[in-house]
Amino acid sequence: MSWSQLFFYVFAVLAVIMSLMVVTRRKAVHSAIFLILAFICFAATYVIMNAELLAAIQVLVYAGGVVGLIIFVIMLVKAEEDEVKQTHGQWIIAAFVALLLVVEVAFVLLSNLAQKTGGLAAKMAQAGGNTEAVGVVLYTKYLFPFEVASILLLAAMIGAIVLAKYKLER
Amino acid sequence: MIPLNHVIIFSLIIFIIGMVGALSRRNVFIILMSIELMLNAVNIALIGISSAMGDLVGQILAIFIITVAAGEAAVGLAIVVALYRNRLTVNVDAINLLKW
Repeated sequence: MSWSQLFFYVFAVLAVIMSLMVVTRRKAVHSAIFLILAFICFAATYVIMNAELLAAIQVLVYAGGVVGLIIFVIMLVKAEEDEVKQTHGQWIIAAFVALLLVVEVAFVLLSNLAQKTGGLAAKMAQAGGNTEAVGVVLYTKYLFPFEVASILLLAAMIGAIVLAKYKLER
Repeated sequence: MIPLNHVIIFSLIIFIIGMVGALSRRNVFIILMSIELMLNAVNIALIGISSAMGDLVGQILAIFIITVAAGEAAVGLAIVVALYRNRLTVNVDAINLLKW
């Protein structure tokens, strides 16, 4: 087993532990801190899977932006009372769907998935690195979806401002 | 080179954790964070398959998923702020005005 493989398993186990902490903590701030750690572990596995640009985007956008926003809003609203029960009756549905997905995990573990070795690394070496290769494909073949994504972000920004604005007429 | 099976299983486990959190927790912030975990699980699967197939399209799709997740977080948190201003709670069981 090579070093990169070993580190993939180390970071995968760490990410699973951090994700479990996110959904089991009582206080939302603790969950947010564990979410940052989980996102950094995900970024480490992206680096091992030849996606350096996405690892950087993961740390910048998720760990820096999205979780920062969540922590800001957690601090804006008052902390909830600690005595209240943390789960509700839907956990039965959740357990059932989780059971189905665990069956799928067993199926994937037993199946034999085909894969090509070295194709992506050669392609990226030809383009001069992961960022250049992704950038060339993104700005030529996928230019229209890129513009649609920018319009989506603009709409989300305007929607967030309108929803969170304090109503002066009240 | 990591076997594709193991990457898919890693992604599935993260997805299961996120789904159970989103369905069973009462705190609306933890539900939003669980949804982010589920979107990240899809990203892991896409990047693993992209690495295994030798094709960059999976990474492009992952960038678009990150875009959508950022928009979802912004709008979701704006809705939480508006709800808290009107109902003074972040417990999803207390927000049942439209429930049949």
